[in-house]
Amino acid sequence: MSGKTLSTGQVENVHKQPRSGVILSITAWVVGLMFVSPVLWMILTSFHSEPDAATNPPSFGAPLTLEGYRSFFESGPWPSLINSVMASVVSTLLVLVLAFPAAYALSIRPVRKWSDVLFFLLSTKFLPIVAGLLPIYLFAKKVGMLDNIWLLIVFYTVMNLPIAIWMLRSFLAEVPSEMLEAAEVDGAGLILTLRKVVAPVVMPGLASAALICFIFSWNELLFARVLTGTVSQTAPVYLTGFVTSQGLFLAKVCAASLVVSLPVLVAGFAAQDKLVQGLSMGAVR
Amino acid sequence: MPLLPALILVFFVTQLPFVFTIGASFMNWNAYYPDERGFGGIANYKTVLTDPSARKAIWVTVLLTAAVVLISLFLGLLIALLLDRKFFGQGIVRTMMITPFLIVPVAAALLWKHALYNPEYGLFNGLLTKIFGEDAPQPDWISDHPMWSIIFAIVWQWTPFMMLILLAGLQSRPMDVVEAARIDGASPWQIFTNMTLPHLRPYMELSGLLGTIYVVQNFDHVFTITGGGLGTANLPYYIYQTFYTGQDYGLASAAGVVVVILTIFVATVALRTVFSIFREEQR
Repeated sequence: MSGKTLSTGQVENVHKQPRSGVILSITAWVVGLMFVSPVLWMILTSFHSEPDAATNPPSFGAPLTLEGYRSFFESGPWPSLINSVMASVVSTLLVLVLAFPAAYALSIRPVRKWSDVLFFLLSTKFLPIVAGLLPIYLFAKKVGMLDNIWLLIVFYTVMNLPIAIWMLRSFLAEVPSEMLEAAEVDGAGLILTLRKVVAPVVMPGLASAALICFIFSWNELLFARVLTGTVSQTAPVYLTGFVTSQGLFLAKVCAASLVVSLPVLVAGFAAQDKLVQGLSMGAVR
Repeated sequence: MPLLPALILVFFVTQLPFVFTIGASFMNWNAYYPDERGFGGIANYKTVLTDPSARKAIWVTVLLTAAVVLISLFLGLLIALLLDRKFFGQGIVRTMMITPFLIVPVAAALLWKHALYNPEYGLFNGLLTKIFGEDAPQPDWISDHPMWSIIFAIVWQWTPFMMLILLAGLQSRPMDVVEAARIDGASPWQIFTNMTLPHLRPYMELSGLLGTIYVVQNFDHVFTITGGGLGTANLPYYIYQTFYTGQDYGLASAAGVVVVILTIFVATVALRTVFSIFREEQR
Protein backbone atom coordinates (compact mmCIF):
# COMPACT_ATOMS: atom_id res chain seq x y z
CA MET A 1 0.00 0.00 0.00
CA SER A 2 1.39 3.39 -0.94
CA GLY A 3 1.76 6.22 1.50
CA LYS A 4 -0.68 8.33 -0.48
CA THR A 5 -3.72 6.02 -0.19
CA LEU A 6 -2.97 5.59 3.47
CA SER A 7 -3.17 9.31 4.08
CA THR A 8 -6.43 9.76 2.12
CA GLY A 9 -7.91 6.94 4.12
CA GLN A 10 -6.93 8.71 7.30
CA VAL A 11 -8.35 11.99 6.07
CA GLU A 12 -11.65 10.27 5.31
CA ASN A 13 -11.67 8.73 8.74
CA VAL A 14 -11.13 12.09 10.38
CA HIS A 15 -14.08 13.48 8.44
CA LYS A 16 -16.40 10.55 9.05
CA GLN A 17 -15.62 9.79 12.66
CA PRO A 18 -17.31 12.69 14.46
CA ARG A 19 -20.77 12.42 12.88
CA SER A 20 -21.19 8.63 13.09
CA GLY A 21 -19.56 8.82 16.51
CA VAL A 22 -22.20 11.26 17.75
CA ILE A 23 -25.00 9.06 16.40
CA LEU A 24 -23.53 5.98 18.11
CA SER A 25 -23.13 7.85 21.38
CA ILE A 26 -26.73 9.08 21.27
CA THR A 27 -27.90 5.52 20.47
CA ALA A 28 -25.97 4.19 23.46
CA TRP A 29 -27.60 6.80 25.71
CA VAL A 30 -31.09 6.03 24.36
CA VAL A 31 -30.63 2.28 24.86
CA GLY A 32 -29.25 2.78 28.37
CA LEU A 33 -32.20 5.02 29.28
CA MET A 34 -34.66 2.47 27.86
CA PHE A 35 -33.21 -0.27 30.03
CA VAL A 36 -33.16 1.81 33.19
CA SER A 37 -36.57 3.46 32.63
CA PRO A 38 -38.66 0.68 34.27
CA VAL A 39 -36.55 1.16 37.40
CA LEU A 40 -36.94 4.94 37.24
CA TRP A 41 -40.70 4.44 36.87
CA MET A 42 -40.66 2.13 39.87
CA ILE A 43 -38.81 4.75 41.94
CA LEU A 44 -41.19 7.54 40.88
CA THR A 45 -44.29 5.40 41.51
CA SER A 46 -43.03 4.40 44.95
CA PHE A 47 -43.12 8.10 45.94
CA HIS A 48 -46.66 8.67 44.63
CA SER A 49 -49.90 8.29 46.54
CA GLU A 50 -51.89 5.17 45.62
CA PRO A 51 -54.53 7.07 43.54
CA ASP A 52 -51.79 8.96 41.65
CA ALA A 53 -49.87 5.73 41.01
CA ALA A 54 -52.83 4.09 39.27
CA THR A 55 -53.84 6.70 36.68
CA ASN A 56 -54.09 6.37 32.91
CA PRO A 57 -52.41 8.36 31.37
CA PRO A 58 -49.62 8.27 33.97
CA SER A 59 -49.30 11.29 36.26
CA PHE A 60 -45.58 11.99 36.06
CA GLY A 61 -45.78 15.27 37.96
CA ALA A 62 -48.01 14.14 40.84
CA PRO A 63 -46.96 15.32 44.31
CA LEU A 64 -44.42 13.12 46.07
CA THR A 65 -45.18 11.33 49.32
CA LEU A 66 -43.69 8.67 51.58
CA GLU A 67 -47.08 6.97 51.97
CA GLY A 68 -46.01 3.85 50.04
CA TYR A 69 -42.93 3.34 52.18
CA ARG A 70 -44.90 4.01 55.36
CA SER A 71 -47.54 1.39 54.57
CA PHE A 72 -44.81 -1.09 53.55
CA PHE A 73 -42.92 -0.70 56.81
CA GLU A 74 -46.15 -0.73 58.83
CA SER A 75 -47.06 -4.10 57.28
CA GLY A 76 -44.32 -5.75 59.36
CA PRO A 77 -41.55 -6.60 56.88
CA TRP A 78 -38.71 -6.52 59.44
CA PRO A 79 -38.67 -10.22 60.42
CA SER A 80 -38.42 -11.24 56.76
CA LEU A 81 -35.73 -8.65 56.02
CA ILE A 82 -33.71 -9.81 59.03
CA ASN A 83 -34.14 -13.43 57.89
CA SER A 84 -32.85 -12.50 54.45
CA VAL A 85 -29.82 -10.74 55.93
CA MET A 86 -29.14 -13.78 58.12
CA ALA A 87 -29.53 -16.28 55.28
CA SER A 88 -27.40 -14.39 52.76
CA VAL A 89 -24.68 -12.96 55.02
CA VAL A 90 -24.11 -16.08 57.12
CA SER A 91 -24.19 -18.40 54.10
CA THR A 92 -21.74 -16.13 52.24
CA LEU A 93 -19.32 -16.20 55.18
CA LEU A 94 -19.64 -19.98 55.42
CA VAL A 95 -19.00 -20.30 51.68
CA LEU A 96 -15.78 -18.30 51.96
CA VAL A 97 -14.57 -20.25 54.99
CA LEU A 98 -15.18 -23.58 53.24
CA ALA A 99 -14.19 -22.58 49.72
CA PHE A 100 -10.83 -21.03 50.50
CA PRO A 101 -9.05 -24.15 51.81
CA ALA A 102 -10.68 -26.28 49.11
CA ALA A 103 -9.56 -23.94 46.35
CA TYR A 104 -6.10 -23.76 47.93
CA ALA A 105 -5.78 -27.53 47.83
CA LEU A 106 -7.00 -27.61 44.24
CA SER A 107 -4.67 -24.99 42.83
CA ILE A 108 -1.42 -25.00 44.82
CA ARG A 109 0.49 -28.20 43.98
CA PRO A 110 -2.50 -29.93 42.40
CA VAL A 111 -2.56 -33.66 41.88
CA ARG A 112 -3.94 -34.99 38.61
CA LYS A 113 -7.09 -36.36 40.28
CA TRP A 114 -8.02 -32.82 41.31
CA SER A 115 -9.43 -32.03 37.89
CA ASP A 116 -12.05 -34.74 38.46
CA VAL A 117 -13.02 -33.01 41.69
CA LEU A 118 -13.29 -29.70 39.89
CA PHE A 119 -15.40 -31.26 37.19
CA PHE A 120 -17.67 -32.77 39.81
CA LEU A 121 -18.09 -29.41 41.54
CA LEU A 122 -18.91 -27.66 38.28
CA SER A 123 -21.34 -30.39 37.26
CA THR A 124 -23.40 -29.81 40.42
CA LYS A 125 -24.02 -26.30 39.11
CA PHE A 126 -25.56 -27.79 35.97
CA LEU A 127 -28.02 -29.98 37.78
CA PRO A 128 -31.25 -28.03 38.11
CA ILE A 129 -31.65 -27.51 41.79
CA VAL A 130 -35.43 -27.91 41.53
CA ALA A 131 -34.96 -31.69 41.18
CA GLY A 132 -33.71 -31.74 44.77
CA LEU A 133 -36.73 -29.88 46.10
CA LEU A 134 -38.71 -32.90 47.26
CA PRO A 135 -35.94 -34.82 49.10
CA ILE A 136 -34.71 -31.69 50.83
CA TYR A 137 -38.26 -30.84 51.88
CA LEU A 138 -38.93 -34.35 53.19
CA PHE A 139 -35.60 -34.45 55.01
CA ALA A 140 -36.29 -31.08 56.62
CA LYS A 141 -39.74 -32.24 57.64
CA LYS A 142 -38.38 -35.45 59.15
CA VAL A 143 -35.73 -33.74 61.29
CA GLY A 144 -38.04 -30.84 62.18
CA MET A 145 -36.04 -28.18 60.35
CA LEU A 146 -38.91 -26.79 58.27
CA ASP A 147 -39.42 -23.07 58.77
CA ASN A 148 -35.95 -22.79 60.29
CA ILE A 149 -33.62 -20.18 58.86
CA TRP A 150 -30.57 -22.41 59.42
CA LEU A 151 -31.91 -24.87 56.87
CA LEU A 152 -31.84 -22.12 54.24
CA ILE A 153 -28.39 -21.02 55.40
CA VAL A 154 -26.96 -24.51 54.89
CA PHE A 155 -28.78 -24.88 51.58
CA TYR A 156 -27.55 -21.53 50.20
CA THR A 157 -24.03 -22.32 51.37
CA VAL A 158 -23.95 -25.51 49.36
CA MET A 159 -25.72 -23.92 46.40
CA ASN A 160 -22.97 -21.31 46.10
CA LEU A 161 -19.95 -23.33 47.21
CA PRO A 162 -19.02 -24.70 43.76
CA ILE A 163 -19.07 -21.19 42.20
CA ALA A 164 -16.82 -19.85 44.95
CA ILE A 165 -14.34 -22.73 44.71
CA TRP A 166 -14.07 -22.32 40.95
CA MET A 167 -13.55 -18.62 41.23
CA LEU A 168 -10.99 -18.71 44.04
CA ARG A 169 -9.11 -21.46 42.27
CA SER A 170 -8.66 -19.33 39.17
CA PHE A 171 -7.23 -16.54 41.33
CA LEU A 172 -5.01 -18.85 43.38
CA ALA A 173 -3.58 -20.28 40.17
CA GLU A 174 -1.93 -16.89 39.70
CA VAL A 175 0.14 -17.10 42.87
CA PRO A 176 3.66 -17.80 41.56
CA SER A 177 4.93 -21.08 42.99
CA GLU A 178 8.46 -19.61 43.30
CA MET A 179 7.09 -17.15 45.79
CA LEU A 180 5.58 -19.95 47.86
CA GLU A 181 8.84 -21.89 47.77
CA ALA A 182 10.79 -18.80 48.72
CA ALA A 183 8.47 -18.23 51.66
CA GLU A 184 8.97 -21.83 52.73
CA VAL A 185 12.77 -21.58 52.45
CA ASP A 186 12.66 -18.44 54.56
CA GLY A 187 10.87 -20.46 57.22
CA ALA A 188 7.46 -18.84 56.96
CA GLY A 189 4.67 -20.98 58.41
CA LEU A 190 1.42 -21.76 56.60
CA ILE A 191 -0.49 -18.93 58.27
CA LEU A 192 2.21 -16.38 57.48
CA THR A 193 2.45 -17.58 53.88
CA LEU A 194 -1.29 -17.33 53.47
CA ARG A 195 -1.35 -13.85 54.92
CA LYS A 196 1.64 -12.32 53.19
CA VAL A 197 1.86 -14.15 49.86
CA VAL A 198 -1.53 -15.62 49.02
CA ALA A 199 -4.02 -13.14 50.47
CA PRO A 200 -2.96 -10.08 48.40
CA VAL A 201 -3.44 -12.01 45.14
CA VAL A 202 -6.70 -13.63 46.19
CA MET A 203 -8.49 -10.73 47.89
CA PRO A 204 -10.21 -9.52 44.66
CA GLY A 205 -11.36 -13.08 44.04
CA LEU A 206 -12.76 -13.36 47.56
CA ALA A 207 -14.63 -10.09 47.04
CA SER A 208 -16.15 -11.27 43.75
CA ALA A 209 -17.13 -14.60 45.26
CA ALA A 210 -18.72 -12.90 48.26
CA LEU A 211 -20.66 -10.46 46.07
CA ILE A 212 -22.11 -13.12 43.81
CA CYS A 213 -22.95 -15.53 46.66
CA PHE A 214 -24.68 -12.71 48.52
CA ILE A 215 -26.77 -11.74 45.45
CA PHE A 216 -27.78 -15.31 44.62
CA SER A 217 -28.89 -16.17 48.14
CA TRP A 218 -30.63 -12.82 48.65
CA ASN A 219 -32.64 -13.34 45.41
CA GLU A 220 -33.63 -16.99 45.90
CA LEU A 221 -37.41 -17.60 45.98
CA LEU A 222 -38.43 -21.20 45.18
CA PHE A 223 -36.72 -23.01 48.05
CA ALA A 224 -37.37 -20.20 50.48
CA ARG A 225 -41.06 -20.45 49.64
CA VAL A 226 -41.25 -24.21 50.08
CA LEU A 227 -38.96 -24.57 53.09
CA THR A 228 -40.06 -21.63 55.22
CA GLY A 229 -43.31 -20.63 56.84
CA THR A 230 -44.36 -17.69 58.93
CA VAL A 231 -41.31 -17.63 61.20
CA SER A 232 -38.36 -17.76 58.84
CA GLN A 233 -39.74 -16.45 55.56
CA THR A 234 -37.30 -14.29 53.61
CA ALA A 235 -37.90 -10.93 51.93
CA PRO A 236 -38.65 -12.34 48.42
CA VAL A 237 -41.28 -14.65 49.94
CA TYR A 238 -42.73 -11.71 51.86
CA LEU A 239 -42.93 -9.75 48.59
CA THR A 240 -45.00 -12.43 46.87
CA GLY A 241 -47.64 -12.09 49.57
CA PHE A 242 -48.11 -8.42 48.86
CA VAL A 243 -50.48 -8.30 45.92
CA THR A 244 -53.21 -10.49 47.38
CA SER A 245 -54.53 -7.44 49.18
CA GLN A 246 -57.61 -5.72 47.79
CA GLY A 247 -57.70 -2.19 46.40
CA LEU A 248 -54.83 -0.05 45.23
CA PHE A 249 -51.38 -1.32 46.06
CA LEU A 250 -49.06 -0.16 43.25
CA ALA A 251 -47.08 2.47 45.18
CA LYS A 252 -46.72 0.11 48.12
CA VAL A 253 -45.49 -2.74 45.88
CA CYS A 254 -42.99 -0.43 44.16
CA ALA A 255 -41.70 0.83 47.52
CA ALA A 256 -41.42 -2.74 48.83
CA SER A 257 -39.64 -3.97 45.69
CA LEU A 258 -37.14 -1.13 45.90
CA VAL A 259 -36.41 -1.68 49.58
CA VAL A 260 -35.88 -5.42 48.99
CA SER A 261 -33.65 -4.76 45.95
CA LEU A 262 -31.63 -2.04 47.68
CA PRO A 263 -28.89 -4.24 49.20
CA VAL A 264 -28.25 -5.89 45.82
CA LEU A 265 -28.26 -2.55 44.01
CA VAL A 266 -25.81 -1.00 46.48
CA ALA A 267 -23.47 -4.01 46.45
CA GLY A 268 -23.65 -4.36 42.66
CA PHE A 269 -23.01 -0.68 41.94
CA ALA A 270 -20.16 -0.53 44.44
CA ALA A 271 -18.40 -3.50 42.84
CA GLN A 272 -19.31 -3.38 39.15
CA ASP A 273 -16.05 -4.93 37.94
CA LYS A 274 -16.31 -7.72 40.51
CA LEU A 275 -19.72 -8.57 39.07
CA VAL A 276 -18.29 -9.80 35.75
CA GLN A 277 -15.66 -11.98 37.44
CA GLY A 278 -18.24 -13.44 39.76
CA LEU A 279 -20.87 -14.13 37.12
CA SER A 280 -18.39 -15.92 34.88
CA MET A 281 -17.01 -17.92 37.85
CA GLY A 282 -13.64 -16.25 37.39
CA ALA A 283 -13.26 -17.10 33.70
CA VAL A 284 -13.54 -13.48 32.59
CA ARG A 285 -11.53 -10.78 34.32
CA MET B 1 -7.28 -32.46 54.10
CA PRO B 2 -8.59 -28.97 53.42
CA LEU B 3 -10.80 -30.08 50.57
CA LEU B 4 -12.93 -32.58 52.45
CA PRO B 5 -15.43 -30.39 54.36
CA ALA B 6 -16.56 -28.60 51.21
CA LEU B 7 -16.69 -31.79 49.17
CA ILE B 8 -18.67 -33.76 51.74
CA LEU B 9 -21.17 -30.96 52.20
CA VAL B 10 -21.70 -30.53 48.46
CA PHE B 11 -22.09 -34.27 48.06
CA PHE B 12 -24.66 -34.62 50.81
CA VAL B 13 -26.80 -31.67 49.85
CA THR B 14 -26.67 -31.90 46.06
CA GLN B 15 -25.96 -35.51 45.08
CA LEU B 16 -27.76 -37.59 47.68
CA PRO B 17 -31.13 -35.85 47.12
CA PHE B 18 -30.86 -36.66 43.41
CA VAL B 19 -30.41 -40.34 44.15
CA PHE B 20 -33.50 -40.08 46.33
CA THR B 21 -35.37 -38.25 43.55
CA ILE B 22 -34.55 -40.99 41.06
CA GLY B 23 -35.84 -43.58 43.53
CA ALA B 24 -39.02 -41.64 44.21
CA SER B 25 -39.64 -41.17 40.50
CA PHE B 26 -40.31 -44.92 40.17
CA MET B 27 -42.89 -44.93 42.95
CA ASN B 28 -46.61 -44.36 43.27
CA TRP B 29 -46.37 -41.77 45.98
CA ASN B 30 -49.05 -39.20 46.62
CA ALA B 31 -49.15 -37.72 50.10
CA TYR B 32 -52.95 -37.42 49.82
CA TYR B 33 -53.25 -41.21 49.38
CA PRO B 34 -50.65 -42.67 51.78
CA ASP B 35 -52.13 -46.18 51.55
CA GLU B 36 -51.40 -46.51 47.84
CA ARG B 37 -47.71 -45.88 48.25
CA GLY B 38 -45.58 -48.45 46.46
CA PHE B 39 -43.45 -49.33 43.46
CA GLY B 40 -44.93 -47.90 40.29
CA GLY B 41 -42.43 -48.78 37.60
CA ILE B 42 -42.20 -46.26 34.80
CA ALA B 43 -45.78 -45.04 35.26
CA ASN B 44 -44.66 -41.56 36.32
CA TYR B 45 -42.40 -41.21 33.29
CA LYS B 46 -45.26 -42.30 31.06
CA THR B 47 -47.37 -39.54 32.60
CA VAL B 48 -44.64 -36.90 32.19
CA LEU B 49 -44.19 -37.79 28.54
CA THR B 50 -47.88 -38.22 27.64
CA ASP B 51 -49.87 -35.94 29.98
CA PRO B 52 -50.67 -32.80 27.94
CA SER B 53 -49.81 -30.38 30.74
CA ALA B 54 -46.49 -32.09 31.44
CA ARG B 55 -45.55 -32.19 27.76
CA LYS B 56 -46.57 -28.59 27.46
CA ALA B 57 -44.27 -27.78 30.40
CA ILE B 58 -41.31 -29.41 28.64
CA TRP B 59 -42.05 -27.47 25.48
CA VAL B 60 -42.50 -24.18 27.38
CA THR B 61 -39.17 -24.71 29.14
CA VAL B 62 -37.35 -25.21 25.85
CA LEU B 63 -39.09 -22.28 24.15
CA LEU B 64 -38.69 -19.90 27.08
CA THR B 65 -35.02 -20.71 27.54
CA ALA B 66 -34.13 -20.56 23.86
CA ALA B 67 -36.01 -17.29 23.29
CA VAL B 68 -34.60 -15.54 26.35
CA VAL B 69 -31.01 -16.67 25.78
CA LEU B 70 -30.95 -15.89 22.05
CA ILE B 71 -32.67 -12.50 22.32
CA SER B 72 -30.62 -11.32 25.27
CA LEU B 73 -27.40 -12.62 23.72
CA PHE B 74 -28.14 -10.71 20.52
CA LEU B 75 -29.13 -7.50 22.33
CA GLY B 76 -26.22 -7.90 24.72
CA LEU B 77 -23.80 -8.13 21.79
CA LEU B 78 -25.19 -4.99 20.11
CA ILE B 79 -25.09 -3.02 23.34
CA ALA B 80 -21.59 -4.26 24.22
CA LEU B 81 -20.41 -3.02 20.81
CA LEU B 82 -22.07 0.35 21.48
CA LEU B 83 -20.41 0.67 24.86
CA ASP B 84 -16.98 -0.48 23.68
CA ARG B 85 -15.92 3.01 22.63
CA LYS B 86 -15.07 6.23 24.36
CA PHE B 87 -17.96 8.66 24.57
CA PHE B 88 -19.41 11.20 26.93
CA GLY B 89 -21.04 9.44 29.88
CA GLN B 90 -19.78 5.94 29.03
CA GLY B 91 -19.61 4.95 32.70
CA ILE B 92 -23.09 6.32 33.42
CA VAL B 93 -24.64 4.41 30.50
CA ARG B 94 -22.89 1.21 31.63
CA THR B 95 -24.26 1.67 35.13
CA MET B 96 -27.78 2.31 33.76
CA MET B 97 -27.47 -0.84 31.67
CA ILE B 98 -26.64 -3.16 34.57
CA THR B 99 -29.38 -1.79 36.85
CA PRO B 100 -32.06 -4.29 35.67
CA PHE B 101 -29.80 -7.18 36.62
CA LEU B 102 -29.55 -5.85 40.19
CA ILE B 103 -33.30 -5.84 40.83
CA VAL B 104 -34.38 -8.89 42.85
CA PRO B 105 -36.13 -11.21 40.33
CA VAL B 106 -39.45 -11.38 42.20
CA ALA B 107 -39.45 -7.60 42.55
CA ALA B 108 -38.73 -7.23 38.83
CA ALA B 109 -41.53 -9.62 37.94
CA LEU B 110 -43.95 -7.69 40.18
CA LEU B 111 -42.81 -4.44 38.56
CA TRP B 112 -43.47 -5.75 35.04
CA LYS B 113 -46.79 -7.34 35.92
CA HIS B 114 -48.36 -4.48 37.85
CA ALA B 115 -46.55 -1.27 36.97
CA LEU B 116 -45.88 -1.91 33.26
CA TYR B 117 -48.19 -4.60 31.79
CA ASN B 118 -51.39 -3.82 33.74
CA PRO B 119 -54.06 -2.97 31.14
CA GLU B 120 -55.76 -0.26 33.24
CA TYR B 121 -52.97 1.67 34.90
CA GLY B 122 -49.72 0.08 33.64
CA LEU B 123 -47.09 2.36 32.13
CA PHE B 124 -47.28 0.80 28.64
CA ASN B 125 -50.97 1.50 28.13
CA GLY B 126 -50.59 4.80 29.98
CA LEU B 127 -47.99 5.92 27.45
CA LEU B 128 -50.24 4.75 24.59
CA THR B 129 -53.03 6.97 25.95
CA LYS B 130 -50.60 9.85 26.41
CA ILE B 131 -49.38 9.62 22.80
CA PHE B 132 -52.52 8.59 20.88
CA GLY B 133 -55.20 10.13 23.08
CA GLU B 134 -58.44 8.62 24.39
CA ASP B 135 -58.90 6.18 21.48
CA ALA B 136 -55.48 4.58 21.90
CA PRO B 137 -55.42 0.77 21.80
CA GLN B 138 -55.24 -0.68 25.32
CA PRO B 139 -54.05 -4.28 24.93
CA ASP B 140 -54.15 -6.66 27.87
CA TRP B 141 -50.48 -7.59 27.46
CA ILE B 142 -50.30 -10.60 29.75
CA SER B 143 -53.60 -12.22 28.66
CA ASP B 144 -52.97 -11.59 24.97
CA HIS B 145 -49.30 -12.59 24.89
CA PRO B 146 -48.52 -14.52 28.08
CA MET B 147 -45.32 -16.13 26.81
CA TRP B 148 -43.89 -12.96 25.35
CA SER B 149 -44.77 -11.03 28.49
CA ILE B 150 -42.65 -13.43 30.51
CA ILE B 151 -39.89 -13.62 27.90
CA PHE B 152 -39.43 -9.84 27.73
CA ALA B 153 -39.47 -9.41 31.49
CA ILE B 154 -36.64 -11.98 31.73
CA VAL B 155 -34.77 -10.61 28.70
CA TRP B 156 -34.74 -7.21 30.42
CA GLN B 157 -32.84 -8.76 33.35
CA TRP B 158 -30.49 -11.03 31.39
CA THR B 159 -29.39 -8.70 28.58
CA PRO B 160 -27.15 -6.79 31.04
CA PHE B 161 -25.55 -10.09 32.08
CA MET B 162 -24.73 -11.02 28.47
CA MET B 163 -23.58 -7.45 27.79
CA LEU B 164 -21.18 -7.45 30.76
CA ILE B 165 -19.42 -10.67 29.74
CA LEU B 166 -19.27 -9.73 26.05
CA LEU B 167 -17.97 -6.26 26.90
CA ALA B 168 -15.20 -7.85 28.96
CA GLY B 169 -14.45 -9.99 25.89
CA LEU B 170 -14.36 -6.98 23.57
CA GLN B 171 -12.02 -5.13 25.89
CA SER B 172 -9.60 -8.04 25.94
CA ARG B 173 -9.10 -7.82 22.17
CA PRO B 174 -5.48 -7.20 21.14
CA MET B 175 -5.99 -3.66 19.84
CA ASP B 176 -2.60 -3.42 18.13
CA VAL B 177 -3.61 -6.24 15.76
CA VAL B 178 -6.96 -4.58 15.05
CA GLU B 179 -5.15 -1.30 14.43
CA ALA B 180 -2.74 -3.04 12.04
CA ALA B 181 -5.67 -4.53 10.11
CA ARG B 182 -7.29 -1.11 9.86
CA ILE B 183 -4.11 0.46 8.51
CA ASP B 184 -3.88 -2.38 5.97
CA GLY B 185 -7.26 -1.23 4.67
CA ALA B 186 -9.68 -3.65 6.33
CA SER B 187 -13.20 -2.24 6.54
CA PRO B 188 -14.95 -2.05 9.90
CA TRP B 189 -17.28 -4.87 8.76
CA GLN B 190 -14.30 -7.06 7.78
CA ILE B 191 -12.67 -6.39 11.12
CA PHE B 192 -15.92 -7.26 12.88
CA THR B 193 -16.58 -10.55 11.06
CA ASN B 194 -13.00 -11.78 10.74
CA MET B 195 -11.45 -10.59 13.98
CA THR B 196 -14.00 -9.44 16.57
CA LEU B 197 -16.55 -12.26 16.22
CA PRO B 198 -14.01 -15.13 16.34
CA HIS B 199 -12.40 -13.51 19.37
CA LEU B 200 -15.82 -13.15 21.03
CA ARG B 201 -16.91 -16.71 20.32
CA PRO B 202 -15.82 -18.28 23.61
CA TYR B 203 -17.35 -15.34 25.50
CA MET B 204 -20.64 -15.79 23.66
CA GLU B 205 -20.58 -19.51 24.43
CA LEU B 206 -19.83 -18.88 28.08
CA SER B 207 -22.55 -16.27 28.55
CA GLY B 208 -25.03 -18.36 26.53
CA LEU B 209 -24.26 -21.43 28.61
CA LEU B 210 -24.51 -19.69 31.98
CA GLY B 211 -27.66 -17.89 30.83
CA THR B 212 -29.18 -21.23 29.81
CA ILE B 213 -28.43 -22.81 33.18
CA TYR B 214 -30.17 -19.98 35.03
CA VAL B 215 -33.13 -19.46 32.67
CA VAL B 216 -33.99 -23.19 32.48
CA GLN B 217 -34.56 -22.99 36.22
CA ASN B 218 -36.63 -19.81 36.14
CA PHE B 219 -39.44 -19.93 38.63
CA ASP B 220 -39.89 -16.39 39.90
CA HIS B 221 -41.20 -14.80 36.70
CA VAL B 222 -43.58 -17.60 35.75
CA PHE B 223 -44.88 -17.78 39.32
CA THR B 224 -45.39 -14.03 39.61
CA ILE B 225 -46.52 -12.90 36.17
CA THR B 226 -48.97 -15.64 35.15
CA GLY B 227 -48.99 -18.01 38.12
CA GLY B 228 -48.29 -20.76 35.61
CA GLY B 229 -51.59 -20.09 33.85
CA LEU B 230 -52.31 -19.34 30.18
CA GLY B 231 -50.04 -22.17 29.06
CA THR B 232 -46.87 -20.70 30.55
CA ALA B 233 -46.07 -23.30 33.24
CA ASN B 234 -42.47 -24.41 32.67
CA LEU B 235 -40.92 -27.50 34.25
CA PRO B 236 -39.75 -25.87 37.49
CA TYR B 237 -43.24 -24.44 37.97
CA TYR B 238 -44.83 -27.77 37.03
CA ILE B 239 -42.66 -29.57 39.57
CA TYR B 240 -43.48 -26.99 42.23
CA GLN B 241 -47.19 -27.38 41.55
CA THR B 242 -47.20 -31.18 41.31
CA PHE B 243 -45.26 -31.43 44.54
CA TYR B 244 -46.63 -28.50 46.56
CA THR B 245 -50.27 -28.34 45.50
CA GLY B 246 -50.81 -31.82 44.06
CA GLN B 247 -48.65 -33.59 46.66
CA ASP B 248 -47.79 -36.15 43.97
CA TYR B 249 -44.22 -36.86 45.03
CA GLY B 250 -43.61 -39.61 42.49
CA LEU B 251 -44.70 -37.57 39.48
CA ALA B 252 -42.83 -34.47 40.67
CA SER B 253 -39.66 -36.56 40.99
CA ALA B 254 -40.03 -37.98 37.48
CA ALA B 255 -40.43 -34.45 36.13
CA GLY B 256 -37.33 -33.46 38.12
CA VAL B 257 -35.35 -36.25 36.48
CA VAL B 258 -36.54 -35.05 33.05
CA VAL B 259 -35.24 -31.53 33.79
CA VAL B 260 -31.93 -32.98 34.84
CA ILE B 261 -31.66 -35.02 31.63
CA LEU B 262 -32.62 -31.98 29.53
CA THR B 263 -29.98 -29.86 31.22
CA ILE B 264 -27.29 -32.53 31.02
CA PHE B 265 -28.01 -32.80 27.31
CA VAL B 266 -27.34 -29.09 26.83
CA ALA B 267 -24.50 -29.00 29.32
CA THR B 268 -22.38 -31.89 28.02
CA VAL B 269 -22.18 -30.19 24.67
CA ALA B 270 -21.38 -26.91 26.31
CA LEU B 271 -19.16 -28.07 29.18
CA ARG B 272 -16.28 -28.86 26.87
CA THR B 273 -16.18 -25.32 25.60
CA VAL B 274 -16.20 -23.95 29.12
CA PHE B 275 -13.31 -26.18 30.01
CA SER B 276 -11.37 -25.00 26.99
CA ILE B 277 -11.91 -21.41 28.13
CA PHE B 278 -10.63 -22.18 31.62
CA ARG B 279 -7.63 -23.99 30.12
CA GLU B 280 -6.75 -21.07 27.88
CA GLU B 281 -6.99 -18.71 30.77
CA GLN B 282 -4.59 -20.94 32.71
CA ARG B 283 -2.18 -20.86 29.74
